[in-house]
Amino acid sequence: MIRDLVIVGSGPAGYTAAIYASRAQLNPVQYEGSVTAGGALMTTTEVENFPGFVDGVMGPVLMEDMRKQAARFGTELITDDVVEIDLKGEIKTVKDGSGNVVQARAVILAMGSAYKKIGLANEDRLSGRGVSWCATCDGFFFRDQVIAVVGGGDSAVEEATFLTKFASKVVLIHRRDSLRASKIMADRALNHPKIEMLWNTEVVDILGAEKVSGLALKNTVTGELSERDFTGLFVAIGHIPRSELIIGQIDLDNEGYVKVEARSTRTNLPGVFACGDLVDHTYRQAITAAGSGCQAALDAEKFLSH
Amino acid sequence: MATSKVTAANFDEVVLKSSTPVLVDFWAEWCGPCRAIGPILEDISNEYGDKLTIVKLNTDEESAIAIKYGVTSIPMLNVYVNGEVVKTIIGAKPKPALLKELEAFI
Repeated sequence: MIRDLVIVGSGPAGYTAAIYASRAQLNPVQYEGSVTAGGALMTTTEVENFPGFVDGVMGPVLMEDMRKQAARFGTELITDDVVEIDLKGEIKTVKDGSGNVVQARAVILAMGSAYKKIGLANEDRLSGRGVSWCATCDGFFFRDQVIAVVGGGDSAVEEATFLTKFASKVVLIHRRDSLRASKIMADRALNHPKIEMLWNTEVVDILGAEKVSGLALKNTVTGELSERDFTGLFVAIGHIPRSELIIGQIDLDNEGYVKVEARSTRTNLPGVFACGDLVDHTYRQAITAAGSGCQAALDAEKFLSH
Repeated sequence: MATSKVTAANFDEVVLKSSTPVLVDFWAEWCGPCRAIGPILEDISNEYGDKLTIVKLNTDEESAIAIKYGVTSIPMLNVYVNGEVVKTIIGAKPKPALLKELEAFI
């Protein structure tokens, strides 16, 4: 059976696309991902800036509700990973981890982004042994300890602030001399009695045999090297787009984000639309992702009606 | 066979003294990736429960055991054979990847 639409990905972009597409009777099938279902918001805590939630909403609850809303209008949700995507030709093919194949006339790509690693040899070896990318998952295990967060954007500041609930001290390590994070969040961190800022500093090595015992640091201005004891390192230095399955098939920019025609979600391939963090290195918000997911569904609907 | 809950009270008996391999899923309610692999472990338990017993340990309720086994990141899956940890899997993984890691026990 050839379907109208398959949606790959399930953050705010993917679910919003599914809500619109299923309401428009396109009978979409949506691949949510097996362990990534719900996307980046699944590892956040309180979302304070999603319009309509006066008192804030927990990220995972927001995603669970978007999922239910997509299901309500008939989206066929599949909690599995896509392992192959073929965008050539008029009929697009998507293959999942269980070996099932879905064919559709249109595809919405909403695979989002993944955590960026620092790129140190010891980072993978000590992952889960003190090195973490998820403060909400792992912060609890660092009660009364001194831990480091590396990064300077919203997610680094959010993680550092969250970790103060558990840690005796959180050291926020940033390679520049000011934070990129939004002012309200940056101020919260800068004024927090448990957060110490380490400006102009880069992590050059992670120390520890069985688990993290400290970090080797380099001052980015003076070049001076130092070591400091930490039991945990939380990495929040940004994201990379999850475009690995479509490299070579579709136009990507230098950083691997899918290119779309301005003011639309149309890619260079007819019938292929992209939205959310997969295309956006500028805004990267739940609300902008949801907005672009809506656009993608409307663009796909228009394409399919011709 | 469905997964079951393990606590400090029955950890010795259910996990350490088991004659067959036991996988302990260290998890917590507030951990998104833990909730994501919950149904996958349930599936694996239903399919391979005769060879590998899968139990769940809530790290909020049973922090002493979590600390004893050096948990710093969840989800963490430990496989115990004759009371010893013989395999540790850290982080949420898709079902095919988990099955591959657990090949020796199923």
